[in-house]
Amino acid sequence: MSNQAINPAPQPSGTAAQTSAPANEPRYFRRFTTGQMWMHVILFSTFLGLATTGLPLRFSESPWARLMAGAVGGFSAILAFHKFCALVMTVTFVVHVFEILKRGILRRDKSVFWGSTSMVANWKDAKDLFMHMRWFIGLGKKPEFERYAYWEKFDYWAVFWGMVVIGFSGYAMWFAPLFAHFLPGWALNAALVIHSEEGLLAILFIFMIHFVNTHLRPGSFPMDMVIFTGVESEHEFKVKRALEYERMAKEGKLESRLAPAPTKIGINLGRVVGFTAIAIGLTLLGLTISAYFY
Amino acid sequence: MQSSRFKLRIMPGLAFLLAVSFGHAQPATECLACHSDATLQDASGKSISVDDKKFHASIHSGMNCVDCHASIKSYPHPDKVEKVKCESCHADESSQLATSIHSSSKDHPCTSCHGNAHEIFPKSDPRSAVYALNIPKTCGQCHGNGGMAEKHGLQSVAPRYVDSIHGYALSKEGLLVAASCSSCHGSHHILSHKDPNSPTSKTNIPQTCGKCHAGTEAAYMSGVHGKAIAKGDFNAPVCSDCHTAHDIQEPTASAFRSRSTPICGSCHKDKFSTYRDTFHSQLGSLGGYVETARCWDCHGAHDVLPTSDPRSPVAPNNLIATCGKCHAGANASFVKYQPHANAHDRKLSPVLYYIRLFMNLLLISVLTFFIIHTILWLLRSNFQKIIDSQNGGDKHE
Repeated sequence: MSNQAINPAPQPSGTAAQTSAPANEPRYFRRFTTGQMWMHVILFSTFLGLATTGLPLRFSESPWARLMAGAVGGFSAILAFHKFCALVMTVTFVVHVFEILKRGILRRDKSVFWGSTSMVANWKDAKDLFMHMRWFIGLGKKPEFERYAYWEKFDYWAVFWGMVVIGFSGYAMWFAPLFAHFLPGWALNAALVIHSEEGLLAILFIFMIHFVNTHLRPGSFPMDMVIFTGVESEHEFKVKRALEYERMAKEGKLESRLAPAPTKIGINLGRVVGFTAIAIGLTLLGLTISAYFY
Repeated sequence: MQSSRFKLRIMPGLAFLLAVSFGHAQPATECLACHSDATLQDASGKSISVDDKKFHASIHSGMNCVDCHASIKSYPHPDKVEKVKCESCHADESSQLATSIHSSSKDHPCTSCHGNAHEIFPKSDPRSAVYALNIPKTCGQCHGNGGMAEKHGLQSVAPRYVDSIHGYALSKEGLLVAASCSSCHGSHHILSHKDPNSPTSKTNIPQTCGKCHAGTEAAYMSGVHGKAIAKGDFNAPVCSDCHTAHDIQEPTASAFRSRSTPICGSCHKDKFSTYRDTFHSQLGSLGGYVETARCWDCHGAHDVLPTSDPRSPVAPNNLIATCGKCHAGANASFVKYQPHANAHDRKLSPVLYYIRLFMNLLLISVLTFFIIHTILWLLRSNFQKIIDSQNGGDKHE
C-alpha cells in the first residue's frame, strides 16, 4: 500500500525537506498511543451522544427537538442517555488526569508540564499564532510547528476546561439537592445557563472549527487519519511538524518512534468511524443553526 | 304512494265505523286502523304511520290522538292537518324554548330533540332520546360533524365532547351522573354563552361546574382567580379557560399537563417566558414520560394564592415542602433556586445576567476569532496549493 493514499500533501518548501533523504520504503512514525486513540474515540462518541441528547433540550421548542426526543423513546430515555454518556466521559476524563499525574509526578516526567512536547501553551505558541495569521494574509513565511501546534493545544484545553465546566454544572443539576448543601439555590439557575451556553460553544467549536482545522482543510482533507491509526508517514511528519522531526533527528530518537504502516483494515475502519462522526456532527450543526432561524 | 291512497279509498266499512265514533273520546286504535300501516305517507311523501307497539309503550300512550291532533274533528279528516301544539300541555317548556337560542329552529322544536312524537319516553327511560346516555348523540345530530350547527358556523362540539373525560365517563362507562350537554347548557332554555343569564356565561361557569364539583368550586372561589371573578374582573380565568368546555381531559394526563402551561402563560406572559428558560420547561416541552413541574404543581390549581399569603404553596415557609414533592432532600438553600429567574433582566437577576453575558461573550469571541482564523487559513492553503502546483509544473517543464 502507498502512503499517497493516506495523505497527498503538497511538497514542503521549507527546510524540513533537506533534513533527511527520502527512503525507498515509506516510513511511518508513531504519533499517538493506542490509549490516546481510544480516548479520542470514546471522547467523541460520548460527546456526540451528549450533543444529540442535549440539543433537543437546549432548543426544546424547535420542531426537530420533539422528533429527536420521540425517536429515542421520549424524554426519560433522552435524559438517561445523556447521563450515561456523561458518566462514561467523566471516567475517561478522570483516567486521563490520572495518566498525566502519573507521568508528571510519579515518573517525574517534566515534559508533560512544559517544554516542546507539553500541551501547556508557551511563548512560541503566541508567536506561532501571530506568524501563522501573518502568513494567512500573505505576509511572511509559514511558521513551523513542534509536536503540538497552538490550535491543537487550544482544542485540547477547550475540551479539558469544557468538561470541567459542563461536567460540574451538569452534576450540580443532576444531584441538585445534594449540591444545595454547599451551593445556594440560585447557583442552580447559573448552572443551567453555564451548562447550556458552554455546551453550545463546545458543539459549535467542535463541529465548525475542529472539523475544519484538523480534518477538512487542504493538507488533511478529507480526514486526518493519524488519530485513528496512531501513525503518520514520514512525509506528513516532516511537513506538519517540521520542528519536532528535526529535533528528533538531531537527538537521534527518530528511529525509536518508527512504527509499522497502518493496515488497510485499520484505515478503512477509521474512515467509517470518522466520517460517521463528522456526518452526525454536521447534521447537529445544521439543526443548531436552524433553531436560530425557526 | 299510489297504493296507500288507493287503500284509503277501498276501506269504506272501516271509514264508516270511524265516522260514527268521532266526536266521542277517540281511542287511538281507531286511527291506527289506518296509521299503523308502515308505508302510509302524506301527499309530500312524509311518513304518517305510527308504530302501534311503540306508541302504546310511550309516555303518551294514555292519550288519544285528537288530544294532540286537535284540529281533527271528524272523519274523513282533511289531507293537511295542523301542526301539533305541544305547548297546550307543556306550556312551561314551550315558553322557555321560545326565549332560547333554539327558538328560531324551523324544524319542530320539540321532536328535534325528543324524537318521533309517537315514541316519546320519559327521560329516565334508556329508549328516550334525552336519556342521559343518549343526549350527546341527540345534540350531536346538529352539533356534530356536518350538522346543522356547523352549517351555521358553529363548532362541531359533539365529537370533542365524546372524547373528553365527561364524554368518556358517559358513553364508555355509562356513568349517568357524568355531565352531558344539558348538565351545563340546560335543556329548554339554552342561551348563548354571551347571554349573562346563560349557565355557560363566564360569570356563571364556576357555579355551573360547581353543581357537581362543589369542593373544587369552593377552592376556586377562595383563590385569586375566583375572587377576581366575584369582583367582576372577567380577565381572570374560570373553569373552562383552563380546562376548556368540551375537550376536558383528565388533569393528570400528560397530554393535558403539557397543554396547561401555555394556558396559564396566555395571561401570565412574563412568568411563562421566564419559566420557558428553565430546565423544568425544557424537559417538559419535549413531552414523553418525565414529568417536570408545571405552573400548578407549585402554585396550586384552583386555590391559587399570592406568595404573600402564608397558605400559598409558594409562600417562603412552604417552599421546602413544595419543592420537596419532587426533589427529595430539598433544603433551605435548595429552595433559593429561582424558578422564574430571568437571565436577560439585569435588575431582577443581576448575577445570572452577568454570567449569561460572560458566557455569551465567550462564545461569540471564541467562535468569531476561530471562524476568521479558519476561513483565512482555508483561503491561504488553497492559494498555496495553486502556487505549489504551478511551481511544480515549472520544474517539470
